[in-house]
Amino acid sequence: MFGKLSLAVIPVDNPIIMGAVGGTILLAIVILALITYYRKWTYLWKEWLTSLDHKRIGIMYIVLALIMLLRGFSDAILMRSQQALASGLSQGFLPPGHFDQIFSAHGTIMIVFMAMPFLAGLINIVVPQQIGARDVAFPFLNAVSLWLTAAGALLVMVSLGIGEFSKAGWSGYAPLVERQFSPSTGVDYWIWAFQIAGIGSLMTSINFLVTILRMRAPGMTLMRMPMFVWTAFFTFVLMAFAFPVLTVALGLLTLDRYLGMHFFTNALGGNIMMYVNLFWIWGHPEVYIVILPAFGVFSEVVATFSGKRLFGYRSMVYATAAIMVLSFSVWVHHFFTMGAGPDVNIFFGLTTMMIAIPTGVKIFNWLFTMFRGRIRFTTPMYWTLGFIATFAVGGMAGVLLSVPPADYVLHNSLFLVAHFHTMLIPGSLFGFFAGYTYWFPKAFGFPLNEKLGKWAFWAWLIGFDLAFVPLYVLGLMGMPRRMEHYANPAWQPYLIVAAGGVAVILIGILLQLIQLAVSIRQRHATRDLTGDPWNGRTLEWATASPPAVYNFAKTPVVHDIDAFMDMKEKGIAYRQPDRYHDIHMPKNTAKGLINGALVFVFGFAMVWYVWWLAILSALGIIFTLIVRASDDDTDYIVPADEVERIENRRFRQLTTTAADLPVGGQTTLHPSPAM
Amino acid sequence: MNKNKNVVYVALSSLCIAAFLESCSNMPLLDPKGPIGDSERFVIIAAFLLMLIVVIPVFVMVFWFPRRYRASNPNATYRPKWSYSTKIDLAMWLVPLIIVTALGILSWRATHRLDPYKPLESAIEPMHIEVISLDWKWLFIYPDQDIAVVNQLVFPAGVPLSFRLTSDTVLTSFFIPQLGSQIYAMAGRQSRLHLLADEPGTYAGHNQQFSGRGYADMHFKAMAVSRKQFDAWVQNTRESPDKLDLDRYEELEKPDVDTPVTHFSSVKPGLFDQVIHKYQVGASEGR
Repeated sequence: MFGKLSLAVIPVDNPIIMGAVGGTILLAIVILALITYYRKWTYLWKEWLTSLDHKRIGIMYIVLALIMLLRGFSDAILMRSQQALASGLSQGFLPPGHFDQIFSAHGTIMIVFMAMPFLAGLINIVVPQQIGARDVAFPFLNAVSLWLTAAGALLVMVSLGIGEFSKAGWSGYAPLVERQFSPSTGVDYWIWAFQIAGIGSLMTSINFLVTILRMRAPGMTLMRMPMFVWTAFFTFVLMAFAFPVLTVALGLLTLDRYLGMHFFTNALGGNIMMYVNLFWIWGHPEVYIVILPAFGVFSEVVATFSGKRLFGYRSMVYATAAIMVLSFSVWVHHFFTMGAGPDVNIFFGLTTMMIAIPTGVKIFNWLFTMFRGRIRFTTPMYWTLGFIATFAVGGMAGVLLSVPPADYVLHNSLFLVAHFHTMLIPGSLFGFFAGYTYWFPKAFGFPLNEKLGKWAFWAWLIGFDLAFVPLYVLGLMGMPRRMEHYANPAWQPYLIVAAGGVAVILIGILLQLIQLAVSIRQRHATRDLTGDPWNGRTLEWATASPPAVYNFAKTPVVHDIDAFMDMKEKGIAYRQPDRYHDIHMPKNTAKGLINGALVFVFGFAMVWYVWWLAILSALGIIFTLIVRASDDDTDYIVPADEVERIENRRFRQLTTTAADLPVGGQTTLHPSPAM
Repeated sequence: MNKNKNVVYVALSSLCIAAFLESCSNMPLLDPKGPIGDSERFVIIAAFLLMLIVVIPVFVMVFWFPRRYRASNPNATYRPKWSYSTKIDLAMWLVPLIIVTALGILSWRATHRLDPYKPLESAIEPMHIEVISLDWKWLFIYPDQDIAVVNQLVFPAGVPLSFRLTSDTVLTSFFIPQLGSQIYAMAGRQSRLHLLADEPGTYAGHNQQFSGRGYADMHFKAMAVSRKQFDAWVQNTRESPDKLDLDRYEELEKPDVDTPVTHFSSVKPGLFDQVIHKYQVGASEGR
C-alpha cells in the first residue's frame, strides 16, 4: 500500500536530524499561526499564491531562494564544524554517513534551489520592466515553473525527516548512484528533486527567450537592450540547450534504478563515464547560467552608481556571447584525470583558458565604467567591488585548474572546492545580493537599510576569505574534498580557521535578516515615491515603486541604450499621456500551484515506490493542464479610467516629491556633459 | 589613530605571510619528491606568475578607480557620456589573449610531456605495479615479483613505476600527492600512470574521488626504499602464509573499512585482467 514507506524510515534515533526537523516544523507552525492570526490567508491566496504577475512570481522565487540559502548554509555550518573537529582519531560529532548526506544536500540546494530561484526571481521582477513589457510571454507557464521549483525544494526538505537524502554528492557520479551501491531512497529524492526543478527551469528559459525576443518596447533593438537583459538572454539560451541533457541523464539513471537497466552501471555494457560526460555537459553551462545574470546585475549597478554609461557595451555583449558559446566546449575539464589522451585534454584545457579572455574583458569593462565616473558607494556597489577583487583571484585559480597537468594534482582537492566557491559566492551570490538590494525599492516601494547592508557585506567578505583561503592552502597540502574525518593533524588548524570564517558569514546572514526587519519597520519613513531612488538608467525605473500590475500605462519608446536616462535628459521621463487605454492582463489562477502540489506528490510517490499514488498524481497533473488549456476565460481588462486613476495618483506623488527627484523631472541632468 | 591602524595592518599581514611561508614546507604539492610532481609544481607556479600580469593591474584598478572617482572628490574628471575607447577596448581583448596564448603553449607542451600514460624516459627498467581499488582499500599487485599487498605500496626509489589501474567498485582516483599526477580507476577499464620517486621516504597516498562510506579511510602509505631494502621486503612478503587466489580475492573484495596492511606471497596469474574482463560482457574495450 505505501511502497517502501513505513514509520521506520523516520530517523528518530538521530538527535541532530530530529532537532532540525523539529525546528523546521516549529517554524512552519509559527508562520502558519501568524498568517491565521493576522487573517492573511485570503490575501496570501489571492495576491500571491495564485498570482500570475511576473513581479509577484519573482518575489516568491526570491523568498524560496532565501529560505533555501538558510538551509544550505546550515549544511555548511555542519560540514565546517565536523571537519574542524574530526582530526586524527576523532570522528567528529556527526553520525556516520550523515556528513555525506550533508555535502550532497548542500551542493544540490545551493545550485538548484538557491542560485536558480534567486536568478529566476531577479529576472522575473526586472527583465519585463527593463524591456518595457507588461508581463512575460506565457504568464501561466511562469507560475508552473515557480511551483515546480518549489515542489523540488520541498522534496529535498522532506528528505530530512522522512528517509534520507543522497549520500553520493550533488553531482551524483555513476556508478555510486546506482542501486547496487546506493540502495536506499536518498538518491531517488535527489533524482526527483533535481529533475522536477530542472524541468521548471527549462520552461522558464523558453518563456523568457520568447519574452525577450518578442515583447521589447518599440525602438529597443537588440543592441539597445540593457546589459542585464542580455545576460538573462544568454543565460536562457544556455538553459534551453543544457537542461535537456540533464533531463536525459537523470532519466536514464531513473531507468537504471527503477527498471534495472544498464546505462551507467559498471557491468553489462553500462558506461559510467557517459554519465559523467552528460552531467558536465549540463553542469558547466550551469555554472554560467548562475553567473551570467549576476554579471548583468554588476553591469547595471556599476553604471548607475558611477553615474555613467556602461563602458564598451558592444564588447560586453560579444564577450558574454563568447562565454555562452565557449561554456559548451569545456566540460571535460571536470575530469582530466579520467585518462583521456593529451590531445583531448589540452583541447578542453585551451577552450577553458579561452573563457578567461571574455571574462577578463568584462572585468575591465566594469573597471573602466568607474573610470571618470562619479561613484556613489551604496550597498550594491560594495557587493560589486568586493566581487571584482575576489573574482580576480578565484579566476586565477580557475585558469590554473584548466592546465591539465596542474589539474592532475589539484583535481578533487580542497583547492578545487575553494576555487568554485570563489567563483560562485562572489561571482553569483554577491551579484544576487547586489540585485536584491538594488531592486528591492522597486519591488516593495521602500529601500533596504544601507548601514546594515554594508555591515552585512563586510561580514560576508571577511567571512568568505577566512573560510576559503585556508581551503586553497589545504588543497596544496593534498587534502581531498568530502572527507568525513582525516588522519593528518597538520590540516586541522586551517579547518578551524575555515570554520571561524563560516561563523563570520553567519553574522553577515543575521545582519541581512535584521536589515530586512529594520527596513520593513522603517518603511513609512523611507518610502520611495519617485520610482527612481538611485537615479537609474534603464526602463524599470520609469515605473512606480512598486509598479502597477501592468508596469507601464503606456508602452515606452526607446531611443538609447540607457533608455530612461535618455528620457530624463530629454525631459520626457515624467510626461503624463493625454489619455489612457484599456489594458489586457492575465487573470490569477490556482492551477499553477495545484500543478506544483501534484508534482510534489508524484515525486514523493516515486521516491517511495507508492505506485498507485504516482499514477493518480500523474493523472491529476495531466487533468489540471487540460482544464487550464481548455479554459478560455484566462484574462481580464484593466479599464482605461482605472488606469487613469492609478496613474493620476502616481503623478500626484511625483509632483509632491519633485524636489527629491534625483534628476529634476524636466531639467537636463548635468551642467557640463563633457565630450 | 591612523598610524596605529597601519601598524596593526602591517603586523597582521606579515603574520599571514609568515604563516603561509611556514606552511609551504607542509605543502606536499609544493614539495614534490619526483620528476612528475616537480614538473607539475613548475607548471602551477609558471601559470600563476603569468596570470599575475592581468590580476595585479585589476587589483590596483579596483582600489584606485573607486577611490579616485568617488562622488566626494571634486577634483576628479567626470565624463558621464564617455563609454568607449578603441585603444582600451583593444588592449583589454589583446592582453588577456596574449597571456592565454602564452599559457596555452606552456600547457600544450606540459600536457604532452606529462601525459600520465607516457612511460618515463629512463635507463632503468620500469617496475610494473597493478592497482585495483576495492571498497574501501587498495590492492597492489607486483606481477613480476608475484606478490601482492593491501593498503601499502613499497617500491625502490629512483626506479620508474609503471602502473596499470582498475576498479572493482565505483569510480576512485589513485593519488600520491608528493609524486604527482592522480588518475581515475574505473571498473571494466584499465588506466595507466607513470611515476618516479627521487629519494627514499614515506609518502601519503589516498583515494581522491568520493566513493561512499569508507572513502575517508581509503588511504595508504607509499614507501620509497633503497633497492636493497626493496629486495628484502619482497623476500619477506614471499614468506607470508597468505596467498591471493580467487577465493581469497572474493573475501578481500567485500566492503570494509580500515583494512589492515596484508601481504600475499603469491597472486593468481592474470587476476588484474580478470577483474577488468568480468565487467566487459558485451562491451567493447577502451583505450
